[in-house]
Amino acid sequence: MATLTDPPRQSFQIGQLIYDTRYRSTTIQVVAFILIMAGIFWLGNNLITNLAERGKDIDFGFLGNRAGYDINQMLIQYSNDSTHARAALVGIMNTLLVAFLGCITATIIGVTAGILRLSKNWIIARLMSVYVEGFRNIPLLLWILIIFAVVTESAPRPSDFRGEDAEASMILFDSVAVTNRGIYIPSPDWGPNSGLLIAIFLISFVGIFVYRAMARRKQEATGAQSPVFLVGLALFFIPTLIAFFILGRPVTLNYPELGGFNFTGGIQLRNSLIALWIALSLYTGAFIAEIVRAGILAVDKGQTEASSALGMRPKRTMNLVVLPQALRVIIPPIISQYLNLTKNSSLAIAVGYMDARATLGGITISQTGRELEGMLLLGVFYLIVSLIISGVMNIYNNSVKLQER
Amino acid sequence: MKKSVFLGTLAIAGVAAGYAAADGHSSGTLAQVQDRGSLNCGVTTGLAGFAAPDANGEWEGFDVAICRAVAAAVLGDASAVEFVPTTGQTRFTALASGEIDMLARNTTWTFSRDVDLAFEFTGVNYYDGQGFMVPRELGVSSALELDGATVCIQTGTTTELNLADYFSSNNMSYEPVPIETNAEGQQQYLAGACDVYTTDASGLAATRATFEDPDAHVVLPEIVSKEPLGPLVRHGDNEWGDIVRWTLNALITAEELGVTSANVGEIGGTTGNPEIRRLLGTEGDLGAMLGLDADWAANAFAAGGNYGEIFEGNIGESTPIGIARGLNAQWTDGGLLYSPPFR
Repeated sequence: MATLTDPPRQSFQIGQLIYDTRYRSTTIQVVAFILIMAGIFWLGNNLITNLAERGKDIDFGFLGNRAGYDINQMLIQYSNDSTHARAALVGIMNTLLVAFLGCITATIIGVTAGILRLSKNWIIARLMSVYVEGFRNIPLLLWILIIFAVVTESAPRPSDFRGEDAEASMILFDSVAVTNRGIYIPSPDWGPNSGLLIAIFLISFVGIFVYRAMARRKQEATGAQSPVFLVGLALFFIPTLIAFFILGRPVTLNYPELGGFNFTGGIQLRNSLIALWIALSLYTGAFIAEIVRAGILAVDKGQTEASSALGMRPKRTMNLVVLPQALRVIIPPIISQYLNLTKNSSLAIAVGYMDARATLGGITISQTGRELEGMLLLGVFYLIVSLIISGVMNIYNNSVKLQER
Repeated sequence: MKKSVFLGTLAIAGVAAGYAAADGHSSGTLAQVQDRGSLNCGVTTGLAGFAAPDANGEWEGFDVAICRAVAAAVLGDASAVEFVPTTGQTRFTALASGEIDMLARNTTWTFSRDVDLAFEFTGVNYYDGQGFMVPRELGVSSALELDGATVCIQTGTTTELNLADYFSSNNMSYEPVPIETNAEGQQQYLAGACDVYTTDASGLAATRATFEDPDAHVVLPEIVSKEPLGPLVRHGDNEWGDIVRWTLNALITAEELGVTSANVGEIGGTTGNPEIRRLLGTEGDLGAMLGLDADWAANAFAAGGNYGEIFEGNIGESTPIGIARGLNAQWTDGGLLYSPPFR
């Protein structure tokens, strides 16, 4: 007689936490978590104790005090009577400005270079290789300094523009002055009725999109193509120009003029901004070029062949068949390049560009002695900006990626 | 599993490192310097006459001499100094974090640095004031004519704040060009990226002396601020602060009493002046009160001489920098140098 008995139920033993595969991974994770938390707590505690030993506390009150220093490039109102918080905000705006400009130009440069590097034209392809390898493999700081040195040393001083037979003269009908302190361009003076002009411009801008949507619907329904580009161009310029003259030229240009030590009037694009902008764009552009090239190569060759078989020209093939598919591969790594560019803009201090690192993380820290607080705030700022950029780009990525069912 | 072990190790290593760092600060700075056998002294990244490496890479200058005097007093060896170049922005962090034992870097003694930043200024080794330098060809003769000028300015300094105050109180505007180091400022100024270079008058003189054609540049007569420059140490270690303070005072007193690097060897035995004997350790035990050898001050003088010798040798009128003693003369000569007595 065979007797089948249930295996005796073992009660839970402490050793099972390590030897039983059901529990082991949980055990290890819990232990590691406790250790890491203890470590972080200990380090933080150590920090506070050591700071207290030196008579220092953690206090953000300094942000409300008078800053006392001046900043050359201000996108918002600021004077040396403003607070440190305001100075930090000025720096943040400057960081965002150069990051924004840099992301746009880096994308244009990168996409162009990436496509051209695949060109069948030997010279163009090699030139692009030289560009990509040159910029990718030399530290960004060097490029910033080199470009800054070039724009500073090669351009004339403002004083060279002075006198009867001046050594230097302004270009583009005396409207733009290129000096070793920056490029002075005319600035718009907004007269009365200029609001109306802007409204008309915005309406015609919306008109372009409406027209494009109509053209697409027409093509999908009938197959007939409309001259989208030409009409768009016309809509962009003609209504605004007509309104400009009808309204009696409400917007005039304020030309830079040599007065005193410097040019006055107009907008000054400082050398620090130009050098940083160009260097960031070219450097990040080189990485984006490689991403674009990889994305294009990732699209199956059969797609191009099929498109040719349908009689599409190479340019249309690239724009309508290859690039839209390549975008799905390209977007995610480009997001990190945007993040890199934004964070790399903190190298601005090398050329005296007053970004957040230079105001909040530089002058404010050394004037108030609040290193820890300043650096924490700076870290939080870069974290937030990066998260916003990747959040926005992820939304875009979701809209172009393959819809899986 | 491997990952967790790695993380665990990392956490333990971090904790251990934290303990090690904490231990480093528990004993006094004097003991640390003596254990290490060298003094970590923060100086500028390079300002001729004040602190700059010479052709052989040896640091020399007015501020460097203070470091060497302290090293000689504490360790008996004026060459036992590790010079740590700091910028206007990094100097206070370097001192607060313990990376350097003392800072001798044209640093202005201000209320907030002394009280809020928790540093201890141990005296004034140079009475300075902020000035402006412009190219002669601009034809500017007064700082009040600088409305609208572009000004090169070292960031994170008191001069930056004085500049803002001076221009706004005179209703003038200017465009600041922020720079990190004196060398960068010099290059930008010479390239014409700014019309004016402003810093302490002594720094201007030192910078101008290194120009190819110093006469093409003028230092404007206006001195817009008080800049008492001196060495400083961290708050809370009074023993160490006393050593640096009294080494500086000893240098000043030595000039007043006529003790020089030439006669320091014998004057202690031959002089009838009891203060010289106390200073040189042949009488009394001032050295022991500081926790140093009896001949601490004699060692300090042997390193580079008394205050006057250091001044003349590095920045005085016989050097290319050519600064007159002015406010930095002894009180007996109408200057501000006035050391408390050694008693």
